[in-house]
Amino acid sequence: MYKIIKKEKLNDVIYSMWIEAPEVASSVQPGQFIILMICEKGERVPLTVADFDRENGWIRIVFQIVGKTSEELSCLKENDLLFSFIGPLGKKTEIENYGKVITIGGGTGIACIHPIARALKEAGNEVISIIGARNKELIFMEEEIREASNKLIVTTDDGSYGRKGFVTQALKEILDKDSDIKKIWTIGPPVMMKVTCDTTKPYGVDTIVSLNSIMVDGTGMCGSCRVAVGGETKFVCSDGPEFDGQLVDWSEFSNRLTRYQGAEKSSWDKYKDHQHECNCGRSKN
Amino acid sequence: MAQMIPPKERMKRNQVSMPEQNPKERKNNFKEVPLGYTVEQAIYEAQRCLQCKNAKCISGCPAEINIPEFIKKIVEEDFCAAYNEILNTDALPAITGRVCPQEEQCQKYCVLEKQGKPIAIGRLERFVADWARSNNVHGKLPDIEINKKKVGIVGSGPAGLTCAADLAKLGYEVTLFEALHLPGGVLVYGIPEFRLPKSIVKYEVDEIEKSGVKLITDYVVGATKSVDALAEQFDSLFLANGAGAPRFMNIPGENLNDVYSANEFLTRSNLMKAYAFPEYDTPIKIGKRAATIGAGNVAMDSARTALRLGAEKSYIIYRRSRTEVPARSEEVHHAEEEGIIFNFLTLPIQVLGDKNGNVIGMECQKMRLGEPDESGRRRPIPIDGSNFNIEIDMVIDAIGTSANPIVARSATGVETNKWGYFVAKEETGATTREGIFAGGDIVRGSATVISAVGDGKMAARAIHKYLSSGKSLRK
Repeated sequence: MYKIIKKEKLNDVIYSMWIEAPEVASSVQPGQFIILMICEKGERVPLTVADFDRENGWIRIVFQIVGKTSEELSCLKENDLLFSFIGPLGKKTEIENYGKVITIGGGTGIACIHPIARALKEAGNEVISIIGARNKELIFMEEEIREASNKLIVTTDDGSYGRKGFVTQALKEILDKDSDIKKIWTIGPPVMMKVTCDTTKPYGVDTIVSLNSIMVDGTGMCGSCRVAVGGETKFVCSDGPEFDGQLVDWSEFSNRLTRYQGAEKSSWDKYKDHQHECNCGRSKN
Repeated sequence: MAQMIPPKERMKRNQVSMPEQNPKERKNNFKEVPLGYTVEQAIYEAQRCLQCKNAKCISGCPAEINIPEFIKKIVEEDFCAAYNEILNTDALPAITGRVCPQEEQCQKYCVLEKQGKPIAIGRLERFVADWARSNNVHGKLPDIEINKKKVGIVGSGPAGLTCAADLAKLGYEVTLFEALHLPGGVLVYGIPEFRLPKSIVKYEVDEIEKSGVKLITDYVVGATKSVDALAEQFDSLFLANGAGAPRFMNIPGENLNDVYSANEFLTRSNLMKAYAFPEYDTPIKIGKRAATIGAGNVAMDSARTALRLGAEKSYIIYRRSRTEVPARSEEVHHAEEEGIIFNFLTLPIQVLGDKNGNVIGMECQKMRLGEPDESGRRRPIPIDGSNFNIEIDMVIDAIGTSANPIVARSATGVETNKWGYFVAKEETGATTREGIFAGGDIVRGSATVISAVGDGKMAARAIHKYLSSGKSLRK
């Protein structure tokens, strides 16, 4: 069992938790993910690592409420225990001194780029980070990303904070002015990652995306997460999660994310109807 | 107490058949299909055993069970002694009694096989193990002289569990690493509840833990820690992480939404209990018309699972003919009884989908059989112009597995062959790095539970020999 050490509500729908998992914390690298289960009847949920504390043996996860399991997770309190927590899974980000690089985060992807930006900066890169959301309330971890980068640009769709517009508009401005950008990482909703790739394509800058496929085991055993990359089937869990975004078959990837939409909705509705009673007997409050 | 009966009488009797759940009922539930012998049935069957002095059946048992001896104890109605007799060499009797292909092993060598009525050894083994479990009888722990030597085992499937049990009996400090959240490997994620109830796996794993084996779940060797790092903590290692990676046909449409590997489909249903959604949170596609590609045991398990989940039609698509079907005849028979539709000499060409990525059909081609190929089976040859479409809404690829590289790539000096399986000596399981042994599917490719059990026993002996000579990985 794995203890929740700290819990923080970052905004209406996004939460942060530090989990005690010393074995994972001792070997995790930026870009990798973990899989957790709330209880024995729960599902296996993959989440990209948002931060780690090797000394204390803690892993930080950031998640958004999108269904029954994430809502159930958000109801857990500090000192509660998770049934399962495995990792670190997937390949680590290829950290080198490239020169000038950009990291872009949207939604919970803001948390995912955090350790990547920090490692890139530590490796000597000049890191420009762009984080974006619909409005001011949905921006989080701003100070941490600022510290992990040399420069931070915040965008909001409605202009309630930072620059008005999408992350891709800020990105395009940089690419127009600066021909020296060596590599770009973009993590967020599939549409955001795809549009980022479309934006960078004319400039020919390597653009890495981190895919959040549906998984079961997360170790290469089941193939649930497969996606065509450059015409070849790859497993996100063991070949990824990071890929050259220009080569990803985005329509196949997006379709496969909808595989269980109906079942997920009915399960969430049922959960809400039953006063949030969890399968393992825990209830809200 | 029951008596031995005269040999002539024994020869007259026929094999006691196994009571089974009615096909019409069982295709709608996940309960076990064979119901097991009653005490009377077991004794009646056991009395048939000729108690051969030089019992050939034993040579056909990779678990090395003293078969005539445990059967004799059944006749004597000393089921506890029968249980301990089996446990001497096989730590997983309720499991092997169910999933072993006995017709190819022990029973093949039975003297009565010539008359077409071998002793039902597997059913008797299962009876003894089930009797012990339901009467809360536990195996007698041998007097163990504990030694301080540590053995690490990667993977808690049949090979790892067997090796762990045998080494614990020899006094070693054994740690068993499991990547998933529950122990058992293929016994829990692969084999369906209706063939092997998970409560039984749990019981036998618990028994092994009680014998002193330390089990660590949620530990992905190759990710959480490398084999190289473990080699610094243990005196010897046994790598039994299973075959792992699913194979696909590489035909167009294979990444459509409702195309599963058998590994994914069965893991969702068995390990995650998706058949009990939403009580359990993991969902699974409930197809109306499911096509399973392949005709091995895993294909039978998949097609029968699809049926139980609610498919109106569950097809097996196989490019060769009935004669070449690799699944156990009992599994094929059960599948047919339940109404699985077999399409022989049929090759999938492409999976057809709609614009949202949902499966709407499959284009297939008819085949004919030509000359035997390198496997000795007649080669299937496509018939030109025979293409046709079948209407389906989900596909399960059950065409085998390949090696998952996750463990191997963290093990310096442990060589793999061109398919990624560990190179291991046939008689010891020794890999190319001294002190590290390997067995089960990660050496053999997709094989059987019982061959993995055999590998576990072999490796335990080899590890014992290696450590007894004073060697250690840590030196």
